[in-house]
Amino acid sequence: MKRVARSVSPFLVLALTAVWLLLNQTLDLAQIALGAVLAVGLAWSASALRPVQTRLRRLDVALALTMVVLADIVSSSVAVGRLVLAWGHAREFRPGFLTIPIELRNPYGLAALAVIVTSTPGTVWAGLSPAGDALTLHVLDLKDEDEWIRHFKQRYERPLTRIFQ
Amino acid sequence: MNNLPASAAGFAALCFVGAMLIALLRLFRGPSAQDRVLAFDTFYVNGTLTLLMLGIRTASTVYFEVALLIAMFGFIGTTALAKFLLRGEVIEP
Amino acid sequence: MITWTLPVWAALPVTLLLVCGGTFSLIGALGLLRMKTFYARMHPPTMGATLGVGCVLIASMLLSTAILHHPVTHELLIMLFMALTSPISAMTLMRAAMHRARTTPSSSGYTGP
Repeated sequence: MKRVARSVSPFLVLALTAVWLLLNQTLDLAQIALGAVLAVGLAWSASALRPVQTRLRRLDVALALTMVVLADIVSSSVAVGRLVLAWGHAREFRPGFLTIPIELRNPYGLAALAVIVTSTPGTVWAGLSPAGDALTLHVLDLKDEDEWIRHFKQRYERPLTRIFQ
Repeated sequence: MNNLPASAAGFAALCFVGAMLIALLRLFRGPSAQDRVLAFDTFYVNGTLTLLMLGIRTASTVYFEVALLIAMFGFIGTTALAKFLLRGEVIEP
Repeated sequence: MITWTLPVWAALPVTLLLVCGGTFSLIGALGLLRMKTFYARMHPPTMGATLGVGCVLIASMLLSTAILHHPVTHELLIMLFMALTSPISAMTLMRAAMHRARTTPSSSGYTGP
């Protein structure tokens, strides 16, 4: 069996401790200690599953991106709701697949991108090309493909590249 | 004015139950297997929300644990079903 | 049935959030019936899983904080869990549907790559 170099990610330890405290609804010192011990153990046993290490370089950009994504979720929910309730001519929209060339290579960045795209109503992640240079999305209302690609790259891909690379 | 939030909770609970009924309709009607899995996904999400509404109406935290459990098992169920559709088996050798 | 009353600062946002969350979830589920193809049906239920869950959980947090007079943040856990899991199941389902359409094209109206 191959030995894996293991390192415990401090971010994961912090997050797991926070989840433990939330679950118990307490800020007791003993509970914090127990949570921290559990979190270190869990993070150590999970480290074999995450061989690629990465680091958030720009926390301010990450925060701004979160705000942009929340606003986009609200606005695209309203847009999708209108399509669902549409009657007559307004129902003639065109769902379809859209292929976007992409420069982002960091696996964590790509995972974040997939979560962003899928949790926004109106777009679902439909796969990455084997070479990793193009991704496919399914879009509910595909009006103008070039406009979509430009919007996508400027809003999501550029900040993620700045955060992870 | 005082029971405005309570009526809103009742309205939201009705909405979620309605959404669950619609999802059940899609679950029975199909037509394809992936449609049924998608309907199941919608069904359990709205079930979790209905339970949270019950918790709000009765001002108790008992329902929270139930909601968390339904969310967890619903996710595991949906993913296992989708994986089965993808490969024909859930755990690959 | 109603065993609690709320101060006005909490009552108004709670009412608004609950009504929004319920409406969005119902419209999302309605999309399951009204959309014509499977791929189009993938989109509307996402509304319930993101905006519906978010609205309801913020309302629930506000409400239990206002009633119990100390911050209650249990609900953040469900929000976190849903935010992490619903994209995963949606992506797996999308891949399964594309795979099935490729191997047995008669099962749905597949028009993609």
